[in-house]
Amino acid sequence: MPTEFYRSHILLCNDAECLAKGAQEIEDALVAALDANGLRDEVNVLETSRLGHCATGPEMVVYPEGITYIHLTPDAVTEIVNEHLLKGRIVKKYQFTGEARKDEELRAPAAKEMRIIMARCGVIDPDNIEEYIAEDGYAALAKCLTELTPRQVIDTVLKSGLRGRGGAGFPAGKKWEFAADQKTDTKFVICNADEGDPGAFMNRRVLEGDPHAVLEGMLIAGYAIGAHQGYIYCRAEYPIAVRTIRIAIRQAREFGFLGKNILDRGFDFDVELRIGAGAFVCGEETALMASIEGKRGEPRPRPPFPAVAGLWGKPTIINNVETLANIRNIINRGPEWFASIGNEKNKGTKTFTLAGDVVRTGLIEVPLGITLGEVVFDVAGGIKHGKKFKAIQTGGPMGGCIPEQFLETPIDYENLAALGSIMGSGGLVVMDEDTCMVDIARFFMDFTQDESCGKCVPCRIGTRRILEILERICAGEGEESDIERLEQLSKSIVAGSLCGLGQGAPNPVITTLKYFRAEYEAHIKDKKCPAKVCKKLITYRILDTCPGCMVCARNCPSKAITGERQKVHWINPDLCESCGICMSVCKFDAIVVE
Amino acid sequence: MRAKDLRSVPMAPSLQPAEDDPIVVAEQRARIDAIIAAHSKKQGSTMLILNEIQAQIGHVSKPMQNYIADKLHIPLKDVYGIVTFYSFFTMKPRGKHRVAFCLGTACYVSGAEMLIEKTQQILGVKLGDTTPDRKFTIEACRCIGACSQAPAVMVDDNVHGRNTPDKMVAVLRKYEKV
Ligand SMILES: Cc1cc2nc3c(=O)[nH]c(=O)nc-3n(C[C@H](O)[C@H](O)[C@H](O)COP(=O)(O)O)c2cc1C
Repeated sequence: MPTEFYRSHILLCNDAECLAKGAQEIEDALVAALDANGLRDEVNVLETSRLGHCATGPEMVVYPEGITYIHLTPDAVTEIVNEHLLKGRIVKKYQFTGEARKDEELRAPAAKEMRIIMARCGVIDPDNIEEYIAEDGYAALAKCLTELTPRQVIDTVLKSGLRGRGGAGFPAGKKWEFAADQKTDTKFVICNADEGDPGAFMNRRVLEGDPHAVLEGMLIAGYAIGAHQGYIYCRAEYPIAVRTIRIAIRQAREFGFLGKNILDRGFDFDVELRIGAGAFVCGEETALMASIEGKRGEPRPRPPFPAVAGLWGKPTIINNVETLANIRNIINRGPEWFASIGNEKNKGTKTFTLAGDVVRTGLIEVPLGITLGEVVFDVAGGIKHGKKFKAIQTGGPMGGCIPEQFLETPIDYENLAALGSIMGSGGLVVMDEDTCMVDIARFFMDFTQDESCGKCVPCRIGTRRILEILERICAGEGEESDIERLEQLSKSIVAGSLCGLGQGAPNPVITTLKYFRAEYEAHIKDKKCPAKVCKKLITYRILDTCPGCMVCARNCPSKAITGERQKVHWINPDLCESCGICMSVCKFDAIVVE
Repeated sequence: MRAKDLRSVPMAPSLQPAEDDPIVVAEQRARIDAIIAAHSKKQGSTMLILNEIQAQIGHVSKPMQNYIADKLHIPLKDVYGIVTFYSFFTMKPRGKHRVAFCLGTACYVSGAEMLIEKTQQILGVKLGDTTPDRKFTIEACRCIGACSQAPAVMVDDNVHGRNTPDKMVAVLRKYEKV
């Protein structure tokens, strides 16, 4: 991908506010100025909406220098291109020098948060290895190579109680021990950076913000088990992470942390980056290895476990990004320190992404064992717009929806499993009262049936059947026997699937049936969607307060709205597709859904 | 798994336009040869090569698959099996710009479907299709991890966040010119 060759990146804000102030003209002027100077291929212009100074916009940030320019005009942009980009001189008169920009993905830690994994994200420059080294970077590696035997490294990790952060929560030290026990020269370390769960981007942020911590974890793992080659398998949807990793690997080689005879201790280790091609199941460890081998990413039965026979049949440990990023801290600060965080069986912190209807969305890092309620209300600031909490979805597409009565539950592997959900990799989606739980179950089933690799029949066909039933229910064509059918299908998919995808696929259906059964019944018996989401079960209507501004009619994709200027409009129910665009564009609250 | 890809498989190789057959078009052959030469030494190179071809050329057609299989001395079924398994590979050329609507959970619950409807209206093509002028291909995609900017749209490698149906017009207009 060409991104890595750009010498500068410009982030241009295109928030609604900046757009209103002419961000579009700014961008046009910028592109024209770059073209005029022949810089178009060297400077990458990215649109974003989280620069945070919209009040002084339009604004842009020029990297690698990280200079924020505000109060932009087309002339100002031309000047900045001529001075800054061409001659390297910062144009002071447009430079923003106030408080640092705010980052909506990763804000200042809220109450009850604890930043360890993400301590350096957004603080150090990920593209400069020296900044990482200044933060005790590669000190843990040095300590392992000079003071600890591989066995002692494994014992340290075992003692810390660190469990895999990729979903299953398997003790990392145990996995390493198995691989170390294999007597062969060729072994591999894989970093699982496939992060495919919708709504989860913790791993992306760590890779983009602190890539060397992951490389250091891989190096230490390699030393512990006797491997000399590592692979990072990153999904293609993360172009910036891919770029950051490439730079990090290059710099680590230049500084002698990767390659031959590392730190003069006779240890060889190198890392190669492999990029996925858009298949969710490749996050599953055996499928991922098949993909690195250049094959279709289909899971295979275990045992043999990868620690015994993994990549190209060789002993392999595969760990999640966050698992590996924890290692340096455990070595530097000691396993006792790590084990002092969390609860009995769940040690350390965990990163989560909060999405959905809470006040503060974005990344958080909390000690394991914190309750769901503390996360929703204390860390995330509660539900937006004063609405009511309805459910929290944990664990991604193989997870479950947890209702209000369980908000006191601690977030850990055992307790979430007891509720029928999973910890997964850390996506949390909070839903308010306007969310239809049947629709949510349908959404996840649509995902898993599409991503099923097709190898196991119960998963391939069963998820398809469940989806069809859910689609019928959402369309108001459900039958009373459907609920029972869903339950039976769920059971057989769980029982008959090889990998975690099939085994977990029915979880969204099982949990919504268990906790929100009345909503299924309303769809099936009363042909009503209580949350007013399912398109076939709702109608949009224009109230008499409509001033006739015609905006809705212009925006209606199905041309279902008629009416003259300054007269009340009308939606033709035969043409209306219930897309809701009219309601979203109406400035007078004159459209209702019923 | 990906029924839509299977449907786009032509009846016979002869139905494919010759324009991308590397055996006929020397230029195409040179590009593919260079990519193969750069990667074929590595273990598991098939994926690397296909990824690179998809990125540089924009698709991996049937004649291209034939050519690659020949060059790598592997059965065509292996190449075809990979191309159809991973959603990033396409057999048909995409438009100049790929507009991908994130359908991750956060984007879905914040109105991604409305953006799709609006875009289909603006461009006059359905999801999965390419405009007649080959400028845009519109697709749905998996979570791109920009959840705090939901609903998000990825155009080529750029993420556009916090979209509204109205804003889609401005977003598309930007790319129309380049
Ligand atoms: C369908 C499926 C998808 C998965 N996706 C991921 C993923 O995106 N990232 C990840 O680290 N683990 C994922 N896993 C878990 C891996 O199989 C494996 O358990 C994990 O990488 C082990 O690393 P850990 O011990 O550090 O957690 C997935 C598992 C399944 C069944």
